[in-house]
Amino acid sequence: MTFWSRTARISVCLALLMMIMAILVEITPLGENPWMRVFFGVSALNFTLRAAIPLVLGALSGILCERSGIINIGIEGMMLAGAFAGFVAKSSTNDWPLYASLLFSVLVALGVGGLMGLLHGLFSIRFRMDQIISGTVIIILAAGLSSYLYDRDAISAGKFTPIPIPLLSEIPVIGPVLFNNAPITYVALVLVFVVHVAIFHTRWGLRTRAVGEHPRAADTEGINVNRQRYVNTMLGGMLAGLAGGFLVLEAVGQFQEGMTAGRGFISLAAMIFGNWTPFGALGAATLFGYTQALQNEFLLAGVTTIPRQFVSMLPYIVTIVAVSGLVGRVRPPAAVGNPYDTEGSK
Amino acid sequence: MAQANSKEPKNIQKRFFLGVLLIPFLALLTALVAGAVVMLAFGDDPILAYQGLFQGAFGSGRAWSVTIRKMIPFILTGLSVAVAFKAGLFNIGASGQFVMGSVCSVAIGIHFEGLPMIIHLPLAILSGMLGGMIWGAIPGLLKVTTGAHEVIVTIMMNYLASLFAGWTVYAGGTQGQTPGPLWDRTARAISETPDVFESAQIPWLFGPPYRVHYGVFLALIAVFIVWWLIYKTTIGFEIRTVGQNPKAARYAGIRVEKTVVLTMGLAGALAGLAGTIETLGLNHKFAPEFGGQVGFDGITVALLGQTHPFGVVIASFLFGALDAGAAKMQFESGVAADIIQVIQALVLAFVAAPLIIKALFRLRSGGDDGHATKLNTSWGGS
Repeated sequence: MTFWSRTARISVCLALLMMIMAILVEITPLGENPWMRVFFGVSALNFTLRAAIPLVLGALSGILCERSGIINIGIEGMMLAGAFAGFVAKSSTNDWPLYASLLFSVLVALGVGGLMGLLHGLFSIRFRMDQIISGTVIIILAAGLSSYLYDRDAISAGKFTPIPIPLLSEIPVIGPVLFNNAPITYVALVLVFVVHVAIFHTRWGLRTRAVGEHPRAADTEGINVNRQRYVNTMLGGMLAGLAGGFLVLEAVGQFQEGMTAGRGFISLAAMIFGNWTPFGALGAATLFGYTQALQNEFLLAGVTTIPRQFVSMLPYIVTIVAVSGLVGRVRPPAAVGNPYDTEGSK
Repeated sequence: MAQANSKEPKNIQKRFFLGVLLIPFLALLTALVAGAVVMLAFGDDPILAYQGLFQGAFGSGRAWSVTIRKMIPFILTGLSVAVAFKAGLFNIGASGQFVMGSVCSVAIGIHFEGLPMIIHLPLAILSGMLGGMIWGAIPGLLKVTTGAHEVIVTIMMNYLASLFAGWTVYAGGTQGQTPGPLWDRTARAISETPDVFESAQIPWLFGPPYRVHYGVFLALIAVFIVWWLIYKTTIGFEIRTVGQNPKAARYAGIRVEKTVVLTMGLAGALAGLAGTIETLGLNHKFAPEFGGQVGFDGITVALLGQTHPFGVVIASFLFGALDAGAAKMQFESGVAADIIQVIQALVLAFVAAPLIIKALFRLRSGGDDGHATKLNTSWGGS
């Protein structure tokens, strides 16, 4: 039921349509039209996935936190912290074997993301700080600390490279897009399934949702509301940290100050657009990724004389349209944003 | 909470003392100490750093003039965020509104040569405020008509503003893209506007070496007007009521939708004025690198000032000093100026969570234990 949420249905249809068009462009004369290549070329689809992965991970982070009743606006900061931590770990273990060093860096990114999540939890649960302000603190803190500590001479040598999956990667169009990727991409896609199952089909997920919808009732049932929330914010922080790790260790291979560039916020929009479900978030993230890919392809193909700034506006405008176009059709967890107090009135 | 309320009369003064004076002060102190710990941990000398910081902010007459000039954008973006807070809205869009203010004021400032200053300057200022107002009102409108949360929309509007502003000064592209309308032809490949005419520049208050212009009075007038508007007028009462309880406000016959759009428009106009004054008073032109961080700083300033206009002025003084001293600090002690941002984040954390400060200094609870500031923390889906 939740699996086939409205957004998920729409995104599956769109994804199928895209694939059919991409195959047509690849094998028929349709591909001679530069516009068709811009919209449906394999490189556009590849770019879409690459742009969507950090958004998916960020949105999953948001889902974990918000399903338990904690608004996480600080995804951007957790992502940046993860990216920076991953970079520091990678650049100080350059002499290790490449994969050992990369895996270690991923673990560090996860750990630091989790710590940022814990900090968000402490602020908003233990110290009852307004959760939006707490998220803002996380963002500013991560930006400030990563710039302060950034050693401009450090380099991280090497990054994750694509591992083609045997047989599957041979399929035309679908193979190179879906089955020839680097490890974090596969992990992120698997995590969508994992989080979906965890939230909707496990006891832990039931508790999470209970705590996010009606903490008083959950408390009466013997669930430790705040403990559940701590765990979820930390897990959420780890996913955001992984998104940062993806940027440094798989996509770019280097750290740049402020390199998350608003991805955390777009993740939030993807979470809302996806109605707080993992598959919905995947669909929304893919849509946002596609707008970024289009922007890229437009510029590369040189098919238009529109100034690049207007082309670059596309993802942001789509985000605004997405969050505006959904009145009453999405529903956040009922208790999101409210601190829980065993003696409180709520 | 219940026990605190029972001794209410005695507590009012104590609460004022705790909430308005003591806690922000202790928060600042703790943040400075924590910043020092961070510096120590990474091998920097905090005493040297803070000495440089202090000298850069207050060491000379010129330093003072820079501190005061740096206060101006903090005051106005702080007011912008504070006004929105009063209505329970979170305006993360101050930096976009700031940029739009800059661009719109420049658009008037670089045209109409020969217009007398008494017409040209106010026209440019009004244009900047209008630009910011429109940029602020759009998220407000979207919120009341479609339920889109202002946090997301204002952030997206920030990106759109900087892209739009980037286009207005765009030097043109290699694929036949036309240059932007405000681009300075004599600057060749550099993306910037020409200087605004002297008749649209805000004059300096003293001659060199002092670096402060008349914009400081504009900012102080804005503080007074906002204070009067929020606490002395019906509109202000409506804004505050909507912020405290939108449902009750609706029952009381307040048109919540109108108030939300109005507040966001006002917030945008204030941040736009910040951009306008920075542009017409200091930069005298617009280039994409002007703008940036100041909108986020507005959030911290507003919270540190307890969302009160006069509090915002005090908080801006502090931030102006931190900003003015940062360069000198980096120069004298070699500590990267980015540490200032860390300290600011810590100040925000400690001000927004008085419980941390109370626990640290073992203060007895003086009433309100919960939020320093409570926003409408729902996503507004329903």
